[in-house]
Formats: sequence, C-alpha cells, structure tokens
Amino acid sequence: MSAVISNTPAGKAGAQRSEGVWAASWRRMRADKVGMVCMVVVALFLVLVALAGTGVIASGWQKEVGVPNAPPTFLGPRAAEATGAIAQPKGPNVDLSDIDPLAPRYAEWEERAKQFKTVDTVKAETLPFGADRLGRDVLTKAIKGAEVSILVGVLAAVLATVIGTVLGALSGFFGGKVGDFLEWLYNVFTAIPGILLIFAFAVIFGRGVMSVALILGLAGWPGIYRLIRAEFMKHSVREYVRSAEAIGASKASRMFKHILPNVSHVALVQLSLHVVSFIKSEVILSYLGLGVGVDQVSWGTMLAESQSELILGYWWQLVGVTAVMAIFVTAFALFTDALRDALDPKLRGLE
Amino acid sequence: MAAYLIRRLWQMIPTLLGVVLLVFFLFKYFGGDPAEILGGLNASPEQIDAIREQLGLNKPVWEQLWIFIQQIVTFDWGRSWATNESVASLFTTRMPATLTVMVPILVLEVLLAIPFAMAVAYVRGSLTDRTVMIVTTVAVSISLLVYVIVFQYVFAFRLGWFPVQGWTDSFWTNLTTYAPLPIIVVVAVALAPYTRLYRSFFLDEIGHDYVRTARAKGMTEKTIMLKHVLRNAMIPILTNIAVALPGVFTGAFLIEVFFSIPGLGREILLAVNRSDYPVIQAFAIYIAFLTMVINLVTDLLYKLVDPRVVLK
Repeated sequence: MSAVISNTPAGKAGAQRSEGVWAASWRRMRADKVGMVCMVVVALFLVLVALAGTGVIASGWQKEVGVPNAPPTFLGPRAAEATGAIAQPKGPNVDLSDIDPLAPRYAEWEERAKQFKTVDTVKAETLPFGADRLGRDVLTKAIKGAEVSILVGVLAAVLATVIGTVLGALSGFFGGKVGDFLEWLYNVFTAIPGILLIFAFAVIFGRGVMSVALILGLAGWPGIYRLIRAEFMKHSVREYVRSAEAIGASKASRMFKHILPNVSHVALVQLSLHVVSFIKSEVILSYLGLGVGVDQVSWGTMLAESQSELILGYWWQLVGVTAVMAIFVTAFALFTDALRDALDPKLRGLE
Repeated sequence: MAAYLIRRLWQMIPTLLGVVLLVFFLFKYFGGDPAEILGGLNASPEQIDAIREQLGLNKPVWEQLWIFIQQIVTFDWGRSWATNESVASLFTTRMPATLTVMVPILVLEVLLAIPFAMAVAYVRGSLTDRTVMIVTTVAVSISLLVYVIVFQYVFAFRLGWFPVQGWTDSFWTNLTTYAPLPIIVVVAVALAPYTRLYRSFFLDEIGHDYVRTARAKGMTEKTIMLKHVLRNAMIPILTNIAVALPGVFTGAFLIEVFFSIPGLGREILLAVNRSDYPVIQAFAIYIAFLTMVINLVTDLLYKLVDPRVVLK
C-alpha cells in the first residue's frame, strides 16, 4: 500500500507525493502489451454495444436482407435448385373459363388488387458473413446479439459484485451475530448447485434481459462475498482503520470511506471475472429457453438456431457467432488477467 | 475423528434448514400462484379455489411450512403436477443416468488433467508450454454449446462413430454406446481450465526449497516430479476438486439436456418449463444435501492424502 504522507509541511520543497495506487496500477497496466491490446478490443466491443443500443447500427437485424441461408460472399451464390420437377403438360392449353366456377369474379378481384401496390424487394444472393434461415444478416445479428449478451453479463456482474461487496463488508467488519448470519446465508447459497439455483430463479423471474441479469446476479454473489469478507476482516484491525476510529469516524465511514477503497481492486477484478462467466451462462440459459425473450437476439439464441442449420450444411451462423464471442471473451479474460496483475502485483503468476 | 464427524453433521442442520426456507419462501412469495398454474387458463374461480383447498394453500404459512418440512423428512413429496409420477420415484429413476455420465466425467477430468498439467509444468517456459497456454485460453472462451454442437455434428452425424443421442435401460449399453460422446464433450471442455489451474499448482511447488534440495542430492527429475512435487501439489488439487464438485453436477445436467439423457438435469429443466414446483423444490433440497455430504467426504479424504491436515 502506498502510504501518502499528508502532514508534510506544504512549503517543503523535497516533499513529493508518492504515486497513488490507481496511478501505479495504470503505469503497470500500460507496460503490459497484451493487456493493452485486449483493452482496446474490449473498448471497441463496448462502443459497438453502445451504438447498437442507441439504434445507430444493427437496428435492422430483423430485416430479411438476403435469401434464406444465403452463403458468405467468398463462397459465391448457391447453385440454383432445379425447379422443373413438375412436368409441363404436353397437350394444348385447354380454356377452362366456361367451366371454372370462379371465372366471373376474376375481373372484380383484379380491380381490387390494383388498389394495393406490391414492391418486389431484391434479396441478396450472398452476404459478407452469410444469412440465417430467414435471410437475416449474420453479422448484424451477431452485433445485436453482442449488445444483449454483454449487457446481461455486465448488469449481472455489477449486481453480484454490489451484493457480494455490501454483504462481505458487513460480515467482515462487524463479525459476531451479523457475520454468523451472513455466513449461514453464504452456506445456504453455496449448498445448492449453481445451476439449480439459476433454474429455480428462472421459474420465478421468467424471461427477458432484466430477468436473466437478476437471476445470474442473485445466484452469483457468494464467491465475491467470501473474498471481500476476508479482505474486510484483514483490514478492519489495521492501524489506519483504528486511527480513523480514534478520531471518531463512524462505522459506515470506516467501512466505505476507509476500507472499501483499499479493497476495491479485489471487487473490480471479481467484477470482470464474473462478466465472462455470466456471458457464458446467458448463452446457455438462452439456448435452454430460459434466457432472453423470443423477440430478442443474443449469442445464445443464435447458437440455438445454428444447431439445426449446421445439419443442413449452413455453418456460417455457427462460425460467425462463435468467432465474435470467442474474440470478445478471450480479450476480456486476458484484460482481466492484466487488470489483476496491475492492481495487485502480489498475485502475479498465481493464476 | 468421530467427534469431528458428528460436529460436521450437526453443522449441516442449520444450512439445510436455510435451504429449505429459501426454497419454500422463494416459491411461496415470488413464484406464481400454484392453483392458477395447475388450473390452466380456462379454470373458473371456483375450480381454482378448490385446487387451493386441495393443496392446503389456504392454511396459515407456518402450517404450510411445517407440512413442507414433514414431506422432506419422510421423503414423501407427493406427485409431480405435470405427470402425476411420485417425486421420490422420479428422483430414484433419474439418478442412475446422471451418475452414469457424471462419475466418468469426474474421474477422466482429474486423471487426464493431472499428468497433462504436470507435463506442461515440467517444460515450463518452453514453446510447448506457451502454445498450450494460448490454446487453452482461446478454448476456454468458446461456449460449451459450441463444443456440443460441433462434436455432435462431426463425430455422430458426419463420422458416425457414436449415436447422435439416445438412451436404453441397460446400464452397459448406456455406458459404452450412448454415454461416451457426452462424456468426451464435457471432459474436452473442462480439460483446458483444469490444466491451466493444476499447472499453476505444480509450478508453485516446483519453486519450493525442498525441490532444490532434492535436486542437490542428485535425485532424478522423474523422482522429484512424481514423488515430491506430485504429492504436495495434490493438496490444492483435491481442494479444487471439492470446490468443483457442484460444477460437475452443472456440467452433467447441461449435457443431459443437450443429449436428451433422462437424468436429473433434464427432469429439472422439464419441471422448470412446466412450473412443476414439487419436483423443483424436492430436487433442489436433495441435491443440496448430497452436495453437503460429498463435501464432507472430501474433507475426510484430505486427511488420507496429507497427514499434516488436522480436522477440527
């Protein structure tokens, strides 16, 4: 911990403020090349998410811009299917109008049909990254899906971190009865396997982006709670906290103004670790039909669709969504590693 | 030992009670009204009242909770709302399928990851080591779903080495014909993170003084790795296995859904989709109990691996 000597006389020339913990972290972070590249990738994704969220890009993901299952451009258009399966009748074309019972009304229907304008839309034969079975652009869908998946992952991780941090702070700082009660709550939540807890919450909250975030956040806080609690237990007896108590700082002030900034790096690392795991969980929940709503697209629903497409030989949606997801998740995971190394150099190499 | 065992079992009671309370109140106050779910969309108010009466939903909450606890203790859960099959028989008939998939997964994961991680740790810093680390990083970031879809497509649909999915009554056929593909998928997926983790455990041990001493007195690298490092690294590995056990449930559950294996996981998902409360509640509580017992057994296993561990 970099101690800042605050009582140095202001006029003293040699007194240099030592580097703050965040500035030092940033310096270490910048030295990590892989981490910086990953941070840029993650930032680009977040920009995409923001643009998609405000409707600037990918708002027309539901438009059927291509022919169904249009292949990616580099494959070229699919060979036209033989349409002449029905043999043309050989004999002369017999005029049936005198026996056709509908014949008298043809003229009337034609009149009425003229009231409507029909426009033939030209559907693309190929799209840069292919199309799904309705002819929707895979790339646009993947971007829109990224918005939903990343939003769910981040919201759930924030929720889990807030719950875990607040409860961990209370438990670690107060101990005693409060600590016992929260430990009991922790034991209860960890006794039930995560998947069951998620399923049980899913029955209750139903589908949708907010529900999934709520489900994952409520099921995912115990690990964070445990770490924050250990940190608070360690810090609450340190000298700087005792000094704060001596000058009359209230309990809340000691917990959240003195200790929390000193353990916030733990919470931050946990936050980003959980973003990755929650994105993966969202994918699986959506596949199982417990995830986002049916009118939304996420990486999970795209993977669910791509399973049946793959069997028919249309592999591009699977490859597209997997690639986009793998790039984001790998970048985010490596960024998290770099973040952890930068914030807590003691942990370096511990995995 | 006996005192420790008794105290641990005694400590389970409050936790288990908490699980019961959590499950009970979660469904009581946050879930939908069971009578309306059971009655369907066309039920008249009288019918719904009748169902409510029948289920005892008009009784005071504490009485309902008492009935709930009685059901747990007597293993009498009544029947599934959807299929009218008794919940106890659902549990016992679905358990074998889950175990058929889960136990091989657990055993293979550990048995493959340990030598693999040790080999990678042995060549630490080399090109092989770095390649493995990069490959595992990317492999971890791909969703389990993708592996399932691709493995099913390639090995079952294209190459025809395994059936795409299926299950029979014969344990042996299941284990040799239907279970291998699901098991391979989960093990392949889990191998990457386990290798990374165990490698770090091994590296940690290799850095210790006793390894240098062993080298100094002229022991072969093989003896050092297999006799000294492995035994010491087993402690964090065992801890990790204990922590990961509930996760094996998760993996086994998901894989059951993907491969339509009639195990507990698929049954729970079906129950979730049908809002079949008795089944979800019972499974949650029993599996929580099972997890606690497994955790206790792993704690006891520590003692066997490491005589220094004092159980208190």
